[in-house]
Amino acid sequence: MKFAGKTDNYAATQNACNLCSPLGAALVFKGVSNCVPLLHGSQGCSTYIRRYMISHFKEPMDIACSNFGEHTAIFGGGANIKLAIDNIRSQYSPELIGIATTCLSETIGDDVPMFIRSYKEECEDKENLPALVHVSTPSYQGTHMQGFHGAVRALVETLAEAAETGDKPLLNLFPGMVSPSDLRLLKEIAADFGMEPVLIPDYSDTLNGPLWTEYQRIPEGGTTIEAIKSTGGAAASLECGMILAGEPETAGTWLDKKFSVPAHRIGLPIGIRETDKMMDILAEVSGNPIPDKYLGQRGRLLDAMVDGHKHLNGVKAALFGEEDLVAGLAAFCSEIGVIPALCATGGGAGRFEKTIKSVVPERIHRKMEIMEDVDFVTIEKALEKTGVDLLIGHSKGYAMSRRLKTPLLRVGFPVHDRVNGSRTLHLGYRGAQQLFDRIVNKIIEIKQDRSDVGYTYM
Amino acid sequence: MAEAAKDLSTEKVTLDNLDPEEVKARIMAKYPPKVARKRSKQFVINKVGEDGKTPVINANVRTVPGLMGQRGCCYAGCKGVVLGPTRDIINITHGPIGCGFYSWLTRRNQTDPESTPDGHNFMTYCFSTDMQDEEIIFGGEKKLKQAIQEAYDNFKPKAIAVFSTCPVGLIGDDVHSVCREMKEKLGINVFGFSCEGYKGVSQSAGHHIANNGIFKHVVGLDDTIKEGKYRINLLGEYNIGGDAFEIERIFDKCGITQVATYSGNSSIDAFANSHTADLNCIMCHRSINYVAEMMETKFGVPWIKVNFIGAHATAKSLRKIAQYFGEQELIDKVEEVIAEELPEVEAACAEVRPRTEGKRAMLFVGGSRAHHYQELFGELGMKTLSAGYEFGHRDDYEGRKVLPDIKVDADSRNIEELTIEKDPERFNPRISEERKAELEKAGFAFNDYDGMMPEMPDGAMVIDDLSQWETDQLIKIFKPDLFCAGIKEKYTVQKHGIPLKQLHSYDYGGPYAGFKGAINFYHEIDRMVNSRVWEYMKAPWDKNPELAATYACD
Repeated sequence: MKFAGKTDNYAATQNACNLCSPLGAALVFKGVSNCVPLLHGSQGCSTYIRRYMISHFKEPMDIACSNFGEHTAIFGGGANIKLAIDNIRSQYSPELIGIATTCLSETIGDDVPMFIRSYKEECEDKENLPALVHVSTPSYQGTHMQGFHGAVRALVETLAEAAETGDKPLLNLFPGMVSPSDLRLLKEIAADFGMEPVLIPDYSDTLNGPLWTEYQRIPEGGTTIEAIKSTGGAAASLECGMILAGEPETAGTWLDKKFSVPAHRIGLPIGIRETDKMMDILAEVSGNPIPDKYLGQRGRLLDAMVDGHKHLNGVKAALFGEEDLVAGLAAFCSEIGVIPALCATGGGAGRFEKTIKSVVPERIHRKMEIMEDVDFVTIEKALEKTGVDLLIGHSKGYAMSRRLKTPLLRVGFPVHDRVNGSRTLHLGYRGAQQLFDRIVNKIIEIKQDRSDVGYTYM
Repeated sequence: MAEAAKDLSTEKVTLDNLDPEEVKARIMAKYPPKVARKRSKQFVINKVGEDGKTPVINANVRTVPGLMGQRGCCYAGCKGVVLGPTRDIINITHGPIGCGFYSWLTRRNQTDPESTPDGHNFMTYCFSTDMQDEEIIFGGEKKLKQAIQEAYDNFKPKAIAVFSTCPVGLIGDDVHSVCREMKEKLGINVFGFSCEGYKGVSQSAGHHIANNGIFKHVVGLDDTIKEGKYRINLLGEYNIGGDAFEIERIFDKCGITQVATYSGNSSIDAFANSHTADLNCIMCHRSINYVAEMMETKFGVPWIKVNFIGAHATAKSLRKIAQYFGEQELIDKVEEVIAEELPEVEAACAEVRPRTEGKRAMLFVGGSRAHHYQELFGELGMKTLSAGYEFGHRDDYEGRKVLPDIKVDADSRNIEELTIEKDPERFNPRISEERKAELEKAGFAFNDYDGMMPEMPDGAMVIDDLSQWETDQLIKIFKPDLFCAGIKEKYTVQKHGIPLKQLHSYDYGGPYAGFKGAINFYHEIDRMVNSRVWEYMKAPWDKNPELAATYACD
């Protein structure tokens, strides 16, 4: 839940640092195999959300809509949702339709679970009926992250079964809102531990796929329904996000309660400590030692940190974006000598300050400003006073970066003014290595650019 | 009208060696009967008869739920399209955060803040009341007032506009009375738009609402007749990728004075003064014809349709403006400018054309662009197989001659039609009846637009409100050399190995209007249709290179 009060007592939001909840839900549904997301509301919502996510992922982004008109807004959207499901089925034959609501259908109080029940009852070819998963995502509650985690939970709650485990132990992975490259990395790590990962969501192929050699009704990839069903029989769940870890009810906690699948809740594995934690858990859950490959990666990362530390010590950075990403980045920054002088988020879970403080050494706390539920105008005002060397966050920080003449290193979502938004790696030792290299190089570049002489050895 | 259409369509035509009727039947067969009946009327095989008569197309009708279309909502048309490009009005989105965020400078409208003395530019900002649970339950008027006050305190703008999103209409916030109250309190122009997303069937409803609001609250506030000869307004030009800058350059060179542009590179002061112009020139007919009509009724400013997309269309439009004013000085100057500009354009075209000649394009965009851009493709020797609008009405397809025949459905009836009367003091017919008759006799068309279909070849498929699924089918069947649409279609089409040119946002390029724009466009299309990248889709070890070409319509 977002807090109503804003820093500086502003009532309105200028240049928001968060997006709306149906976007997060639609993104999760894009990570399920053979699934069509359906927004229950005005067509503008699906159009805006499609165009917005496409500007980041640069991939097909089909999201259907129940196309409310004025009449629907008055009399309810029951007929529309049924017609929409019919038409989606005839065009795309999906195995799952992920239905997220919007502020329109929520404000008029549409009972979507009831619509779904009656659709199922009236359906004539029940054996071909796709799974229908519903999540409530009014955009006046929370941010895109509530929509994201809500949809993950809805998928599990609707589909998970008490399943027999196969040869390989299953690992449920709830990665949070990370990049397709991050998702691929997590799958690789789980497999290297000899486990079968069930990643929810997994849009690593659907939103970062190759050109097609044949027509694909729905882009290939994503977690299969069978896999989601099997989450009830997994050896363990790994749920990423320190802020998320404070939520009492998530996909992970639900599986724990319902099917006794132990939930391991860690932060996003950004940097050494959180990745170490993940490796430890995976070793324990799988019963296998940490593969040499990762020891090598970790070793090389530390070696690079030793080499580059001279450039970073005392560098001040401002971090902004979704709560869990900022928390992960703050932890990482404090490992490499960068002071996370300002940590800001548009989210408002109420746990941000405490979480950030828990990952940064206490002696640095007095040099930090931590801001929750803020917009860019508030962030920029704070930065005018604080002054940092580097901004780390998404593309919406560009205007601020330009005015403050402080470079912006793009991470997270949305990144629509660079081409690699979906390929940026944040997680694991390899992600840390890439982030580290980018940060150090940026600092060297600034020094170099500001030098009157033009040294090539810095 | 319907009778005539029937006769026209009985004659067989072909398209790319295929029977377009058969293609249509194959696509329609996939739909449930009721949906197929509706879509059939929006999917028309062109056949131009005598006097430019074309088959009837059903347009501006609600999209069937579950068909993934291209359309946006009423709010998008009002805030995003029409008012978005005006730099010195603070636009506050009244609603939850999504709508404001997604329309935050996403349309690539360019602007030049230096061209107004105060240098105001709020386009890089996104103001929202960011409604929460509390406002949905108890009402959002109080927060809206605070938001207006804060925007005023922080920026001291000349004007503030408020845009309503879906929940606002449902919970019954009276944005107009809030705006009136704040206008009085702050002493600046504050006005609201009831452009809730569920109104109308597409962004077109929002255009209309925006036109009404600007006309009601802004046009006519400043009667000063500013200096300059041949004073015109350019309507329906949104300065995507700098189009308006190029048109301004040409007008300047010709000695034509632009009073206001609706709304690329615009300022609210220019809107307030725009009724003092002597001619309205319309680019995008769909989004802005309402303002032109109202300005003529109230102030006596006539309007003509122009098109600055395509070098020859540009020349033609300039000549049309010169003909209207009828002064030899302007006529000569326009000819001089055309003679000066065209050689460079023609040289660029001649260089590119051998590589574009005969290529086939499809265009599904806008309410005018699918029509206008056929000019540029014509100049490149390219053929338009199929075209359609995202939010056009029948008059945009078939021409304004069908206006009396258009049935107004419930969705359109809900959009307010302002009743405009002659202004008792300020009405001033810019042109005498005799002169008007004389021009018309010479073939000059006032207040008219012939539409897209009469200019398209027989057999071309004209499809309104194309869906994503239909896009896939067209791609599979025709494999065009180029597809033109927007960002939502772009990456799906390109997955098939076919380049897509975005004609909403121009793919980070532009300008494409005017003479210099045409040159940019030729090079851009050359780059796209002749890119080496598609060749690499077939790897050297690929034993089945034809796989990509074996799609069947399933």
